[in-house]
Amino acid sequence: MDEHEILEVIGKPYPKKDARIKVTGECRFGEDIQVSGMLHGKLLRSPHAHARILSIETGKAEKLKGVRAIITGKDFPGILYGNFINTRDYLPLAIDRVRYIGEEVAAVAAVDEDTAWEALDLIDVQYEPLPGVFDPEEAMREGAPLLYDNKPRNISSQSVWEFGDLEKGLKESYLIKEDHFQTQSIKHGMLETHICIGYWDANDKITLESSKQSPYAVWRQLAMGLSIPPHKVRVKQTFVGAGNSGGKQEAMPMDFAAVMLSKKTGRPVKIVHTMEEVLIIGHMRHAFEIDLKIGVDREGLIQAVDFYAIADGGAHSSIGQLSIFLLGNPMMVTYKIPNVRYRGYRIYTNKSFCGALRGHCGPQAVFAFEGLLNEIADELGLDHFEIRKRNAVTPGFVSLNDMKITSCSFKEAMDKARDVSGWDKKKGKLPKYRGIGMGASGMVTGSNIMGLSNCSALLKVQEDGTVALQSGATDVGQGCDTVLPMIVAEILGIEPDDVSFALVDSDLTPMDPGTWSSRVTFYAGNAVKAAALDARGQLAQVAADILKANEKELIFKKKMVYPKGRPDQGIELDRLVRHCQNRKGMTILGRGYYNAPADTLDFSTGKGNFAPTYSFWAQVCEVDVDPETGQVDILNIWSAHDGGRELNPMLVRGQILGSSVMHLGQTLFEGIIRDDKGKTLNASFLDYKMPTFMDIPKCQEIYSMDVPDPEGPFGAKEAGEGAGNPSIAAIANAIADAVGYRFKSLPITPEKIAMAVRKKEQREAL
Amino acid sequence: MKSTVTHPTPKNPRSKALEVFSAGLPNATMRLSDLESCLVPAMLGEEAVVKQEIELRVNGQIYEIEVPPWRTLLEALRDQLNLTGTKRSCGEGHCGACTVIVDGKAVSSCLMLAVEAQGKDILTIEALSEGGRLHPIQEAFVTHGAVQCGFCSPGMIMAAKAFLDQNPEPSEEEIKKAISGHLCRCTGYVQVIEAIRAAADRMRIG
Repeated sequence: MDEHEILEVIGKPYPKKDARIKVTGECRFGEDIQVSGMLHGKLLRSPHAHARILSIETGKAEKLKGVRAIITGKDFPGILYGNFINTRDYLPLAIDRVRYIGEEVAAVAAVDEDTAWEALDLIDVQYEPLPGVFDPEEAMREGAPLLYDNKPRNISSQSVWEFGDLEKGLKESYLIKEDHFQTQSIKHGMLETHICIGYWDANDKITLESSKQSPYAVWRQLAMGLSIPPHKVRVKQTFVGAGNSGGKQEAMPMDFAAVMLSKKTGRPVKIVHTMEEVLIIGHMRHAFEIDLKIGVDREGLIQAVDFYAIADGGAHSSIGQLSIFLLGNPMMVTYKIPNVRYRGYRIYTNKSFCGALRGHCGPQAVFAFEGLLNEIADELGLDHFEIRKRNAVTPGFVSLNDMKITSCSFKEAMDKARDVSGWDKKKGKLPKYRGIGMGASGMVTGSNIMGLSNCSALLKVQEDGTVALQSGATDVGQGCDTVLPMIVAEILGIEPDDVSFALVDSDLTPMDPGTWSSRVTFYAGNAVKAAALDARGQLAQVAADILKANEKELIFKKKMVYPKGRPDQGIELDRLVRHCQNRKGMTILGRGYYNAPADTLDFSTGKGNFAPTYSFWAQVCEVDVDPETGQVDILNIWSAHDGGRELNPMLVRGQILGSSVMHLGQTLFEGIIRDDKGKTLNASFLDYKMPTFMDIPKCQEIYSMDVPDPEGPFGAKEAGEGAGNPSIAAIANAIADAVGYRFKSLPITPEKIAMAVRKKEQREAL
Repeated sequence: MKSTVTHPTPKNPRSKALEVFSAGLPNATMRLSDLESCLVPAMLGEEAVVKQEIELRVNGQIYEIEVPPWRTLLEALRDQLNLTGTKRSCGEGHCGACTVIVDGKAVSSCLMLAVEAQGKDILTIEALSEGGRLHPIQEAFVTHGAVQCGFCSPGMIMAAKAFLDQNPEPSEEEIKKAISGHLCRCTGYVQVIEAIRAAADRMRIG
């Protein structure tokens, strides 16, 4: 396909394809699905943060009218499953030990939800409470209670790497600054809780219909935890009511319970989490204690970085092995760092566990780095943008740990953000308690991780000239159900409405790792593009024969296929397809896969370019702070990004706005609160406060550099997570500018601000 | 109102729970004694479930169903009337996902009992589009990028309708306030506000 051809579909703001059925309420999410003969399941949860399970008596519960089956951990093979070989520590249901309040120990299937809830109260579990640890520093000490006997000092995983010569770099630094930063755990906040329907049939085939954003990851984990071959497992995704990673990314106890209860009862079993359960269980963002040291020369060029972090990981590893590496990586793909040491330790504690959440440690890392960098800039008298431009990665740069920057319009994005925000007119010139701040960051566009990099697509070109597209990619609201069909439509010269997009079914749709790491547009887009080109090639071969034209000069546009320059001498696409079918016995099936030019990350060395390309973000934020109440009014956020070409600007805008607003929550008020015995205190939306309509900035402006990436499908890079990376930093830096005091722990609540202002005013009065 | 009772009437019907419960139902059309006779047996942990036959007027249609008194309007709509367009999310009235319109007002259906909803005009998301044609608010949500995962959309659309029906020319601040009880984790709200403004313009034109 000629790269310089005018694009008919790509770049247009097509509405999301499933929006119509969602606004009418017709769209069936998981909980809306009723299956004939279905039972309802509920999970019994541990009230103890750390305890041995001595016995579980289910007799009384089994006698309750309407109860059909009860299972415990002993009903499963006892095989640990999870994300990484070295850190797998999940069991479907706890067998002899519970490690956090809320951990699942039994499950009930009953004729209705009320009965299932009631049955849980009748299950008698005898526990022997064990001493617990709730603070990572304490958990790491010798003699602290261990969560896992084979994990000394409760170290769940670690990422330790050093490149260059840190000591030399620090010695040669003109100015060194160091500080301590704290970030909190937040939850994914999706409105749809977790839901699954499990069925174990007479052929020992298991079907799990569930709200999952990575169905194939779940497929593998289910097979592993049940100790059955993968072909005996079928995972069918339902429409996903948002996820941001977490439980919708993995096989959860509810999934195992549903299928096992189905085995016992011979009926489909549906399990739905309440929102309270969602807020109590694991799957949330890691909380960090960060010690950061940056050394620069007189020009503000970074000479050395020493980054130390302790992650409060909670009771299970989840995807933590990756998380603890990812905290250290954003700086490596944002700035040129010649000497670096990163030491990250993820610690087990007897609390609900942490994993991936949109941005995956990026926003927290950038918050710390951008904050300290501003301290350095201020001391050197350097403009905040200037110091970043001096250090910014450039096209072709390779970091010390092998991250390869290819397309990069980072400096241009920074210039744009500076310009549109009116930075020069405002910085240092705003009235008291009004501030302007910025943050900048690079972000991976997909990654090769976890042995889940295989990405493929299949499509049928149908006799009416439409396409049935099957990709393993999952739409969670970001719009791949629209963007992937747009790619097909562009290549075959049809409309996005002519391309249907299938829900993922592991029996039918081809493999894809799922929706995470901002990979879908890039990876799945390239796979879909390959499949569409494959189909097009088959059609072109036949058309060339019919039209007596050169195959390579055929244009597919406006549902016609014609020789270049002769649009009136072509054939309608649907007629061509029918000709292939009827005259040649050909079914046009397009097949494609994408092997990203990325390496695998070596966790032991921290080296390996695991992403095929990177996006770049610069954000400026202007705030108004009330010195008495500490309330922060976000006036404006300007966001400039290098995300390659925007395949669908309306959907990209939605991603950027969504990610920014989400992170203002973490910056200003969000956070899971637990007491010192590991109990979640705000397990309700009343107390777990997320941003509302009233919290959004008065104005948000978004600018795209719109420079196509050479590898991305039609030049696209990512948009799902990158916007969130600099968000916390930009807001925090704006608050620091407004108040004259830098807050280093999140969330930056009104109380913190008001107290700081008061202290500052007292000091100034002296 | 008939009640189906499968055990003898208890001799001591009052209970602390009943007092607390009935205090929270200012708009209930039931008499307190009716409440007592059907609620108390269940609260005393007795096996019999006391269901009531009620009539609900939903989207212009009359439905006759049997519900235990604690069944919420949300549950009745979804589980018994199969109107699953209204979503269950927090179940506590904090997120707005379960919003329906009752006698012209936006209501969190998870906070209303099915028995309370008798005699009222209930409108759910299913009633908004007519003959395949989307209501202007639905259309605007589609064209303005206000729908990502779509789980919060039905609730927001119903709240927007109840609001715009009373306030056809709202300012942006008024729109934000009217719909501020709705949580969304995907969109960041901006495109929703834009959609409602566009819908208001379109509805005024007619």
